[in-house]
Amino acid sequence: MKPPRFAYYDPDTVAEAVELKARFETDAVVLAGGQSLVPMLATRLAKPDALLDINRISSLQQLEVGPTHVEFGALVRQYQLETDPLVARNVPLLAAVTHYIGHVENRHRGTVGGSLAHADSAAELPTAAVTLDAEMVIEGPAGRRVEAARDFFAGWMTSTIAPDELLVAVRFPITPADAGWGFVEVARREGDFALAAAAAQLRLDEAGRVSEIAIGLASISDRPLRATEVEAQLLGQLPTADAVAVAARAIEEQVTASDDMHATHSYRRHLAATVTQRAVLEAVGRAQEGNRS
Amino acid sequence: MTIQTQGGVDPTLQRTITARVNGRDVSGVVDTRTTLADWLRDELDLVSVHLGCEHGVCGCCTILLDGQSVRACLMLAAQVNGRDVETVESLSSDQTKLHPIQEAFQEEHGLQCGFCTPAMVLRTKEILADGRERTDEEVRQDISGILCRCTGYQNIINSVQCAARKLRAGSPAPIAAGTGTGGSSDQNPGA
Repeated sequence: MKPPRFAYYDPDTVAEAVELKARFETDAVVLAGGQSLVPMLATRLAKPDALLDINRISSLQQLEVGPTHVEFGALVRQYQLETDPLVARNVPLLAAVTHYIGHVENRHRGTVGGSLAHADSAAELPTAAVTLDAEMVIEGPAGRRVEAARDFFAGWMTSTIAPDELLVAVRFPITPADAGWGFVEVARREGDFALAAAAAQLRLDEAGRVSEIAIGLASISDRPLRATEVEAQLLGQLPTADAVAVAARAIEEQVTASDDMHATHSYRRHLAATVTQRAVLEAVGRAQEGNRS
Repeated sequence: MTIQTQGGVDPTLQRTITARVNGRDVSGVVDTRTTLADWLRDELDLVSVHLGCEHGVCGCCTILLDGQSVRACLMLAAQVNGRDVETVESLSSDQTKLHPIQEAFQEEHGLQCGFCTPAMVLRTKEILADGRERTDEEVRQDISGILCRCTGYQNIINSVQCAARKLRAGSPAPIAAGTGTGGSSDQNPGA
């Protein structure tokens, strides 16, 4: 259980990191918080020629609140998402999901960019990014490009980051003051990977009908998914408990995860509908409270 | 980019690092693939850093890095250059004069085999630093990142609450109802 031998680089700037990525391409891996990568090294699931430790790059550690978005440098620690009042105030769903990532010892080191680039479909931050229509800022030899979260996750543990590119930041839209949000995760134990999880954010019009809705699901497919059919069924409707329960069943068709040692396919279908229903109702409750005050 | 040439040694394979470990500046030459846990154990003889799973699951190698609990098996030694590292050895090396947290674990039988204990004690130190009272349920969640296979956790929770009272001794804050299920035999906590 020791990491294999690798060439260790700890660049000071994004430009140097991109240069190294371009040089080593698929033979290099990027070390951010290390909470997923170092176990993969220890178990030799990963045996890279080069390890690019980006922890010394100070420009990746900034958190900036802009007029419409909050931009998180890739190296912002998950613990900061969880505890910084700026995050809770501007993107409350993001602060809430972060608590479910591993344990606090992991969140002290784990980073925003690391979790997104790792692209685990069971992970909370990718699910939040898809739900909230976050934007990934990716730098390569040709400069920076921006990619929508929904296009960024390309398959099982796969993103669209090219071998010569580095994820440098992610932008989350600032949550409207009248929006309600909810997050429900089912896992066997505190800190375990989600068997299924749902994030929801919505707004209600003056008549109490759903005027905007976004729902994201973790751990039901090879990547985090938007519950597009559930969203379509609830948009424009009064979100009564019955209406939400019926609409939530539509997520079952999107569950493609096959049986594994933790859950059967049919159990995951059941869980997916359950967490969707609960997350939406949580969001409805918060939106109604917000509209009253 | 930091390239520290060391008499022809390839800096991608070996580094000289200096870290503050338990209040003392320590320097050493490390292979870049050496984990922080292995460096602390093998080079600095800080064998309280217990290696259970070596891939970030059991939490027994928890140390405090700049005051924050982290898994030492998930960091490279090269990454603590210039940082502050604390292991449980810093609390007390004198068996007749234990730290209040260590006393609490002894009095409340917060350990059996002892394998998770250094991690539990350090995590207790970290969470109690804010001086806030916690419910048993909060403590249970706070220590959930460290696995104990002996105690069933209840005595560890009692130990944390006992330690909190010892550290708060002299403070007028009353013990909240429902907290601190573990009574302590210490008639004079904190003394």
